Amino acid sequence: MRTHTFIVNGERVHVKIEDDVRLLWVLRDVLGITGPKYGCGINVCKACTCHINGKAFNPCSVRVADIKGNDEVTTIEGLPDTVGADLHPMQEAWLERDVAQCGYCQPGQIMAAVAKVRQAREAGHEVNDADIDEIRNICRCGTYARIREAIKEGATKM
Amino acid sequence: MQHRGSRSSGAPGSESAPRTPDKGIGRRRFLGYLVAAPTLAAAAHLGQSAAAPREAGAVIPSAPEASEISDLNDLMTAAAAPTSNLISVVVNSDGTASFDMPRSESGQGVTTMAAMLIAEELDLPLDKINVTLADARPELVFNQITAGSNTVISTYRPIRIAAAIARGQLLKAAAVELGEDPTRLTSYLGVIKAPDGRTIGYGALAGRAASQQTKQVEVTLKDPSEFTVIGTPRNRIDALAAVTGRKTFAMDLNIPDALPTMICRPPTIKGTPRSVANADEVRQMPGVTDVVQIATGIAVRAKTFGQCIDAVNALDATWNPGTADNESDDTVLDKIRQAESPFTVPKVDPAAEVVEGRFTFYFRNNAALEPNTAVADVRPDRAEIWAPLQTPILCKQRVAKQLGLQEDAVAVHVQQAGGAFGRRLFDDAVIEAVEASRKMGKPVKLMWHRTDECRQGRTHPLCTSRIRASFSGDNVLTFEQRHASVGTDYSHGFGEMLTATNDDDRPPVVRENDKGSAGQVFNLTVNVPYNFGAVTQSLDEVDTYGTFPTGSVRNLVNPDVRTAQELMVDQIAAKMGKDPYQFRREFVDDERLRAVLDKVAAEGEWGREMAHKTAQAITVHKEYKGATACLVEIDCRDETVNRKIRNAVTGPRVTKVVMAIDAGLPVNPRGLEAQMQGGIMDGIAQALTSSLHLRDGVLLEGSWDDYFYTRHWNAPLETRVIVMPPTTGKPGGAGEFGVASPMAAVACAYARATGTIPTSFPINHDTLSFNPKPTVPPLPPSPTNGLTFTY
Repeated sequence: MRTHTFIVNGERVHVKIEDDVRLLWVLRDVLGITGPKYGCGINVCKACTCHINGKAFNPCSVRVADIKGNDEVTTIEGLPDTVGADLHPMQEAWLERDVAQCGYCQPGQIMAAVAKVRQAREAGHEVNDADIDEIRNICRCGTYARIREAIKEGATKM
Repeated sequence: MQHRGSRSSGAPGSESAPRTPDKGIGRRRFLGYLVAAPTLAAAAHLGQSAAAPREAGAVIPSAPEASEISDLNDLMTAAAAPTSNLISVVVNSDGTASFDMPRSESGQGVTTMAAMLIAEELDLPLDKINVTLADARPELVFNQITAGSNTVISTYRPIRIAAAIARGQLLKAAAVELGEDPTRLTSYLGVIKAPDGRTIGYGALAGRAASQQTKQVEVTLKDPSEFTVIGTPRNRIDALAAVTGRKTFAMDLNIPDALPTMICRPPTIKGTPRSVANADEVRQMPGVTDVVQIATGIAVRAKTFGQCIDAVNALDATWNPGTADNESDDTVLDKIRQAESPFTVPKVDPAAEVVEGRFTFYFRNNAALEPNTAVADVRPDRAEIWAPLQTPILCKQRVAKQLGLQEDAVAVHVQQAGGAFGRRLFDDAVIEAVEASRKMGKPVKLMWHRTDECRQGRTHPLCTSRIRASFSGDNVLTFEQRHASVGTDYSHGFGEMLTATNDDDRPPVVRENDKGSAGQVFNLTVNVPYNFGAVTQSLDEVDTYGTFPTGSVRNLVNPDVRTAQELMVDQIAAKMGKDPYQFRREFVDDERLRAVLDKVAAEGEWGREMAHKTAQAITVHKEYKGATACLVEIDCRDETVNRKIRNAVTGPRVTKVVMAIDAGLPVNPRGLEAQMQGGIMDGIAQALTSSLHLRDGVLLEGSWDDYFYTRHWNAPLETRVIVMPPTTGKPGGAGEFGVASPMAAVACAYARATGTIPTSFPINHDTLSFNPKPTVPPLPPSPTNGLTFTY
């Protein structure tokens, strides 16, 4: 068992655990960072969506040993700090539209939305319905209509 | 905040003058309590009765169905009256108010609704009201079940009474402090003001307003014309917590030593463990602390859930057969076919035309996104439970019985649920966690894997619905519906409210299933909302309710029952040469239904020209003291149906939904809109994509990419919900209400777009769109390639 080190929400962490424990459980069960949720454990539901070096990914499907020392992992808890504010514009848009119902999938939805807006911009356009259709995050409460509105609104302030 | 102004004091206690003189005041006077406590606490009995009057119908009036006279909600509210106890609103010295709500919050917004009712009568801003979920309170008996969209209906008045009494008491205390007559004081946003401008906050008064003894007091509630909170759109009180990841669910709790625990489950439904060959070996795996056999499988406790998954898959276990090892979709359907009751209404008119239809609805999963989770800390003389529960009292009683403890030695803490949809009516995970904790002698945080949720979790039962209708000229003469279903487990609490009939001449399955109360629930929830002459509806069940792990999904039987009906309604209309909207307009048996129908027809541009293989459809639904109508547009063109998305079902896309709801009195229109939006997504899923396939005792689905709940790519691009202005002045249900009319509308639109009337649901069930995962080992391995999908 060796000690793994990387950056989570701007802070360096050191975790002594087996190499093959998936990062989701390191975050949740070891570090106590519970914003990323478990919904399937096989990279399908996307409830655990976080960012690695600014890109969306799912820590349920990444071994902790595959996270490099200078990798920066951002969970929903650290998203506001990436813009130096109390809330990220996407979170503000979520509040404006009162998107959440049970709230369980919402951290993952927001992290996915932020990455999707950036991805669209890198491809040279603003996020659109076709981009949103690509998001795989499940919302079992069915808040998709408000998510769609909030992503477009949040993008205008990003 | 949208408070529009201060209001004058009035009649908080029986000795005070009325708030404002008006004719309706008698109807707004109620009894409540001041409760002896160190700070101000006011209370009211939970429970009221309200039987909705039924309007006479037009055309050929149908005899009222049971559900119209006394529906499930009347039963739930009436059952409460003689036994209910008090719910209390407490005013704290920091100027906030607290309410420990004896209901479950699962996303449906009842805590926000409760805070709004308190804000209204207490004149306090929403953000100063803290609503928590009460622990199991056995003295409430039937009054701590969260189901049937009953929460608003049953708590609307008691919460207001308690808050109004608290406000009255604050005014009296302020009067003493300020040396003023209480009738000259005004309250506004938590501050009481004297005519000369002096003010005093609720916080400063909370202790002084406390009562030395518990006593009954009379109070006058606000007249609806004075409402500044009720009926205005408000955001959820937990929205900030949700978007920042701070909202806490059972699996996020940090209970000392309650380590992650999962269960290795049998390969077939309700199988049981026989032996484990390598328990010692598995105990030596990294992170693993305990391996014990329990009734439903082999429980594994470890430092992380990831290590639980590995250990579960490493177990070498043998299993006893399950309860349905030889059953598949086809064998169950055969049984159902044999149990289907014949139609009974004689032909009324020899010249009448007859239409018949038979529709099949396959098993559906009622899992939420948060899997079943329960934290249990069982000690020799007591136990403590944390779990999302819709029936916490029953859970407390069951755990006490399981452990041989007195009920008061078991504490059950109700947690916020990450969705419910019927599944949290059952405490399956709690019973398992308790057994594991007892046998391990340690606290556990038990969680079901997603694959367990699909394969061993509760399902909405497979069922058929047959309809025969006859019509002549412009009249529908008869309309008969025969519903036949795998037995539904209602043993969670509804059952106890209902008086089971005991006719020993009935077949064993019927007798047994009456304990599960499915028949009564059916009769209390279904109706045919049209004037169709002689109307009959009945339910037949096969298999005892425990054969399959069943439980109704959101909106119980009505999404299926109403979808079958509306498909037939479109056929009758077509045979009469009538437009689907105009036909419904003519035959609906309720003015509120006609109003919502007209609304969606107008706003949704009913009848606009549609491209080939695209179509509109329009439907209604009446339940929960309210009315809905739904207009959908569907796109069944090849280029849409054949869209390719990795590991996904695409198929027809609902492109637009316009839905209207009359909830009687919408307490929070924004929350009501959200519930309808969710119901729409459920309706789309159940009509088009989501079902479980039963094969040889195994439900083949094992993940969200097998069980196709609506995803972003199948969600409508345009969803519009219209909340109608208040009609009855009494709030109706919301949480479950939104499913039936959208599901029916999607089915009808599909029929109109393709020219083929679908007869089984979801329409894609006959095509298996995924490769089933193995059943041994029980869980799919955790992937390692997550970094190849970054974006």
